[in-house]
Amino acid sequence: MLQRLRENKSAQGTLLATPTMLWMLALLIIPLLLTLVVSFGKRSPDGDVIYTFSLDNYIRLLGYSTDCENGQASCFNPLYLQILWRSVSLAFNTTILVIVLAYPLAYFIARAQPKRRNTFLFLVLIPLWTNFVIRVYAWMMLLRKEGAINIILGWVAGLFGLDFQPLEMLYTPGAVLVGMVYEFLPFMILPIFTSLEKIDGSLYEAAADLGANAIKTFLRVTLPLSMPGVVAGTILVFIPVMGTFIVSDILGGRQVILVGNLIQRQFLDARDPTFGSAASLILMIMTLIVTYFYTRKFGFGEEIVVA
Amino acid sequence: MNPYRRHPVIQIATVLVYIFLYAPIVVLILYSFNASRTNVTFEGFIPRVSERVEMKGSLVQAAPCGAFHWFCELSKNDDVIEAAGNTLTIAFASTFVSVIIGTMAALALQRYEFKLKPFSQLSLYIPIVIPEIVMGIGILTLFSQLFGLLNGALGLTGDSRLSLGLGTVIVSHIAFSVPFVTLVVQARLQGFDKSYEEAAMDLGANEWTTFRRVTFPMILPGILSGGLLAFTLSLDDFVITFFTNGPGSTTLPIYVYGLLRKIITPQVNALSTVWVLTVFIAVLLLQMLQSREQKQH
Repeated sequence: MLQRLRENKSAQGTLLATPTMLWMLALLIIPLLLTLVVSFGKRSPDGDVIYTFSLDNYIRLLGYSTDCENGQASCFNPLYLQILWRSVSLAFNTTILVIVLAYPLAYFIARAQPKRRNTFLFLVLIPLWTNFVIRVYAWMMLLRKEGAINIILGWVAGLFGLDFQPLEMLYTPGAVLVGMVYEFLPFMILPIFTSLEKIDGSLYEAAADLGANAIKTFLRVTLPLSMPGVVAGTILVFIPVMGTFIVSDILGGRQVILVGNLIQRQFLDARDPTFGSAASLILMIMTLIVTYFYTRKFGFGEEIVVA
Repeated sequence: MNPYRRHPVIQIATVLVYIFLYAPIVVLILYSFNASRTNVTFEGFIPRVSERVEMKGSLVQAAPCGAFHWFCELSKNDDVIEAAGNTLTIAFASTFVSVIIGTMAALALQRYEFKLKPFSQLSLYIPIVIPEIVMGIGILTLFSQLFGLLNGALGLTGDSRLSLGLGTVIVSHIAFSVPFVTLVVQARLQGFDKSYEEAAMDLGANEWTTFRRVTFPMILPGILSGGLLAFTLSLDDFVITFFTNGPGSTTLPIYVYGLLRKIITPQVNALSTVWVLTVFIAVLLLQMLQSREQKQH
């Protein structure tokens, strides 16, 4: 038996991979399949799942009600479609803003003197490793009416002898956007830095020798060669923003509801796992579609593992 | 031409982004020395014992700990101590398991051919491309259905019933850490020449000796950085833990989130300050280790 295993390379490989594969099967693939099955089920009065095949949850997500009052002209309510749309557009805006902020910083670090590079990277890692929840809380302290930003603004206004009314910044869509940008910025800086660092310095010299100015060099050499980093960063930012519920929960109050909040509430407050599962599947399908088209167009860099 | 020459626009942008990254953290730390009990406003730093003054609605007799009043309160808070203990237990246990099984899987995927290899490789990318909440509620559904079934079948009641707790959190953390460990170790394996192993075998070493004396030392940096990644992911995780924890298995992120929905005292800031300092020291040590290793090569 042991002798046979020693000679059979394929069996050895299978054996080595088995624990990980069992784990992935039990805690990733089976849960996803279960979510699919539950999403076609119905909610029992006490919040349990009745297994049937019903499309009710998906119809409800699309805004149509199945038990519509007769005589009503329309029982279309786009509430859930609006939530889905809000999540997608927020993820889109966050990603764009994060790229705009991350690129110059990554560029700066990549072209800094090698000795200083580690220090600059170190400064990016500290906020990244400081806990996600703590970082949202920090923005709560900055944005609220009596918070740090209003104190500073009031002080500046006072210098000019102006009358200052504290701004209402917390619990607005803007607060959620700022929070998201802050949370995910390091995930864009690191992959862009990695791909910029790989660029051979002689390429810049060659571009300069051939008469390209700084802008042309950037557009024709630096930018194309750093695209794998931007792509990896986009995946690392766009997907989690789509599903995060803490930022909108804390900085948006009850005003900004995203698909993540919708799912969370179905599982905890509303106790309708079947509807939550349907929303979760739609969320997954949306992110997979975006990732698929995006990576097909730009490729899938190995930079994704660095962060 | 100076290769380190940078455009002033880039320099200004860099400074602004660093301010954006650090302003919240600085405010967070400042407020942990706040004299106000509610932490809504900043009422100045906690006065020293010698300068006790009356302030309306704020904390005055800070006595033994002085400016570090909130840190003292924190160290007396049993919930925080328990949550910190849980967080570390979960991180150590899940890192331990995921490093072992992840390294095994990396070896299998990089050094062997077997039937399910393409499928195995693909499944490792799933946690990266789906939002965490999807995985979280999937696992929650699995556990609640499974436990419901088992509790019914085995007739378990009361305290002996299976329920969410430390075990479910650890098992779930392993699930999202393993792919990262495997991918990091795999990248390391990809980078080194197979001929070293072949040479060892030619010189008469058996497979186990070859692994122990050649393969393992070469992939050790990969294993360590994979383990470190797993450890950080576990410490930092909120979403998966949120859906899989039960009574008695609250972690620090979950505890802080719970507080944010109630009245917040500067204790939360003190906790955050401790967290930031710990991260600072950990990253510093790591960088020093890394640069030492680079010098050796």
